[in-house]
Amino acid sequence: MGASDLILYEEEFQKIKEIISKLRVDANANVVFLVDKNGQQIAATGDIESLDTTSLASLTAGNVAATDGLAKLIGEREFSVLFHEGEKDNIHISIVGGKVILVVIFDERSSLGLVRLRVKRSSEDLNRVFKQILEKTEREKASGKAAFESPFAEITDEDIDALFKD
Amino acid sequence: MSFINYSSREINCKIVYYGPGLCGKTTNLQYIYEKTNPTAKGKLISLATETDRTLFFDFLPLDLGTVRGFKTRFHLYTVPGQVFYDASRKLILKGVDGVVFVADSQEARGDANVESIQNLVANLQEHGFDLKSIPYVLQLNKRDLPTAMPLDDMLKALRFKDEPYYEAVALKGIGVFDTLKACAKQVLLELSKR
Repeated sequence: MGASDLILYEEEFQKIKEIISKLRVDANANVVFLVDKNGQQIAATGDIESLDTTSLASLTAGNVAATDGLAKLIGEREFSVLFHEGEKDNIHISIVGGKVILVVIFDERSSLGLVRLRVKRSSEDLNRVFKQILEKTEREKASGKAAFESPFAEITDEDIDALFKD
Repeated sequence: MSFINYSSREINCKIVYYGPGLCGKTTNLQYIYEKTNPTAKGKLISLATETDRTLFFDFLPLDLGTVRGFKTRFHLYTVPGQVFYDASRKLILKGVDGVVFVADSQEARGDANVESIQNLVANLQEHGFDLKSIPYVLQLNKRDLPTAMPLDDMLKALRFKDEPYYEAVALKGIGVFDTLKACAKQVLLELSKR
């Protein structure tokens, strides 16, 4: 396998949730969520009941990937911030630590300036947490034994067949 | 690159449908979408042109239930098949866990199949993957057409390891779930090895 898997533990997950919840309040935003660059949603907070967050995650990642491609074509490493302005709602997308995508959805109760400012601060905090996650995963890999039992270590054919029963 | 969330006890994997233009990648996803229980699927997103050719990707999230207490979710993607969309194709392979190659059985598309597999190999390599070791299934689609090539000829041209293969008619759903199942199985087994 090319890249290592992203493994999220309870402790770091809580930290991430705290950071994005704080960001949502500080930036006066409706929704804040985190996606990895492959389109998997990591965490979300705010008014998400009315949102299809899975699709949002996948399209955001596609958007970032396409923009990355554009950046490379003109000789840039990446465009670290994308902003989409709508009539009512706006989307602010930024890349944290080159690995994860931070998305903030906000309306007229906030402003682009405020969002940018708060995102910058939260990005540093998030960056730290993701570094910890990476170190933790590396450490466990180096020690040759994971601190957790992989849930799939003893998966059987029957388990898999059961998934497709109906 | 699967994503395991121990906190919400979820595992997410990514399967990409690859193949030459008009071979039936989107049709595979559409059939899966139609036949899946509404509670187990998300929205099918198609970023397509006005003539329904895939422009960027199709995306279908699928919940397959629980394995060992973990909610198992597969994200199915297709790539645009047309040769000139190669930049987009490359992007979608990012973080892939398993690949389904959909081949077009029509004789006239023989060269396009071969070219597309070569393109797949090259694009996977750019992401650090090797088609020889990644979970992989070959689907021979459009078997019902009178111009379909004999099975043996197709296997000789396209099968390059002992990957599972399925004869399919994606429009009617024949072979669609068998293909998906075979790929998902390999992806989960691969996870169990790590």
